[in-house]
Amino acid sequence: MPLPPGLILILGAVVVAALHGRARQVAALGFPLLTLWAVWLVPDGAVLRLDFLDYTLTPLEGGRLSRLFATIFAIMAFSGNLFALNQPNRVEMPAAFVYSGGAVGVCFAGDLITVFVFWEIMAVASTVVLWAAGSENAYRASMRYVLMHLFGGMLFMAGLVGYVAETGSVDFVAMRPESPPTWLILAGFLVNAGAPPFSAWLPDAYPEGSYSGTVFLSAFTTKTAVYVLLRGFPGAEVLIPIGLYMIFYGIVYALLENDMRRILAYSICNQVGFMVVGVGLGSEMAVNGAAAHAFTHIIYKALLLMSAGSVLLMTGGRRKCTDLGGLFKSMPYTAAMGIIGAMAISSFPLTSGFISKSMISQGAADAHLAFVWFALAAASAGVFLHAGIKFPWFVFFQRDSGLRPPEPPLNMKLAMGFFAVLCIGLGVWPEPLYAILPYPVDYVPYTVSHVVTMLQLLLFSGLAFFLLLPLMQRTLTITLDTDWFYRGLSKWAARALSSRIKASYEQVWSGFEAGVDRLIAGLFRHHGPHGILARTWPTGSMVLWAAALLAASMMIYYFR
Amino acid sequence: MSEQQHWLERPRTNYWLWRGGFALLALTVLADLLYEPHPYFLVDGIFGFHAAYGFLACVAMVLFAKLLGLILKRDDAYYDEAQER
Repeated sequence: MPLPPGLILILGAVVVAALHGRARQVAALGFPLLTLWAVWLVPDGAVLRLDFLDYTLTPLEGGRLSRLFATIFAIMAFSGNLFALNQPNRVEMPAAFVYSGGAVGVCFAGDLITVFVFWEIMAVASTVVLWAAGSENAYRASMRYVLMHLFGGMLFMAGLVGYVAETGSVDFVAMRPESPPTWLILAGFLVNAGAPPFSAWLPDAYPEGSYSGTVFLSAFTTKTAVYVLLRGFPGAEVLIPIGLYMIFYGIVYALLENDMRRILAYSICNQVGFMVVGVGLGSEMAVNGAAAHAFTHIIYKALLLMSAGSVLLMTGGRRKCTDLGGLFKSMPYTAAMGIIGAMAISSFPLTSGFISKSMISQGAADAHLAFVWFALAAASAGVFLHAGIKFPWFVFFQRDSGLRPPEPPLNMKLAMGFFAVLCIGLGVWPEPLYAILPYPVDYVPYTVSHVVTMLQLLLFSGLAFFLLLPLMQRTLTITLDTDWFYRGLSKWAARALSSRIKASYEQVWSGFEAGVDRLIAGLFRHHGPHGILARTWPTGSMVLWAAALLAASMMIYYFR
Repeated sequence: MSEQQHWLERPRTNYWLWRGGFALLALTVLADLLYEPHPYFLVDGIFGFHAAYGFLACVAMVLFAKLLGLILKRDDAYYDEAQER
């Protein structure tokens, strides 16, 4: 029987936590490679079955979709660890091991209970990754983050219980959102995908991770959500408007944002929105597109966050566009890597984004959904605007900030280089990726019309950026989001309530104190040295207590 | 300044970048002549449609974001202050 690939990483966490120095580095890179090997040993169909209470669990079940996602998760764990090799915090990497192991575990789960178990493992491990950044802000963000994910897990669990009661089966098969249990399961999945109204957890939490922690965070949670949506709810029409909302939400908020890593966090919402639309379309073309886009997205988003993380590390923690600029002079390699990631996310021809995202648009065209198709075309231009130009421009170019940070250490450069090669490699030679997609691919990305129309969309988006540059100048601001309801409003309410509660508490307490004072004075009057009851005190009280004890022992004896 | 001016920062480079950029834009629009359009929804077969659409969509998104910013932008210490009080 093949090893469960997710468990390799989860057990690897213990090994990595114990090791030091060179051995730790070897383990950090070796376990993800071992996992990748194990992923490809899992045959199609149920491999492992366990009886649990009245149900039969399938903790290990192979399939094309499972293999695709587990493959990219293992590659991501490898590259992320390579990038994080000299992270001084010793908690982050083991937590990232468990986190990526949970993601791989979800991919091979054949039943909903196993999905739930790995789902919660991911929630806890990712919180630790975030918390390992060590700052006060990271701690606060990690607490908000874990509450949101436990809430999502609760929705999922409630739906799961209802679903089992309804169907009598725990098997993870395609569902239709047509009953309260399936709605709840879908809602639980969507919370992790960063869908409205809970999108705000993502840009709230991810930018607070360490320079390497955010790279891990960007990859697993939202893409595992895309995986379970692809497997559980393909063709659920409600996902189309939800995905479109996420796409434009990401663009608009990223345009207003000043923090470089929060720009990229908003753009995760945007990119996952494309995938959610693909799931909602549900055709073979669209499902292939969503799956391929998740694969390529993990690579270029990690590459972008690695270049941002390098800037963060080498400038001593500067993360605001208003503090950065002109870094291309002393960090040309990092700038080039960031630009390759930016080209890929914008789906320029010859990059990985081009060969994946266009399949989702094709799915919309095939379904004759004009509104969706035009929205996706506008969004493609918008991606270049908010991430493709905005990120490299404000970080590496614009005005000179006077900062001259050196390039990051070799391992970080290698991690970026590896992913940059994949971004371009998959763009030039998409066949290996197409070969492992869930359905046979009948799609040619490189036609003259497709290349030309995409270049028109992108280059004229670039023109709009530079013409509107005065409107795009960064300010020292944040933009309120739905997290205001639990960060701003709740705090205001708590403060207002607490002053009232304090006042009434003081009133009650002072009344209580006065009562106790009166009681003591009364007792002193009657039982004190001059009190009337003090005269019979020794014998009187002894008889009383003997009687009380007798009564108590009789009661105990009686009730036994 | 002791540091030599980077070639990307020279006014001359900037001049040629803008020139080259506009030439590239014109070329991508002209490239519409290279193929027989197979529009999915009629209008997307119009000459230069994607160029105009991409440009206008971006302008609309930037203006919308600007408008939303007027309502929702706060100083970036907004939540920190809320925590201290």
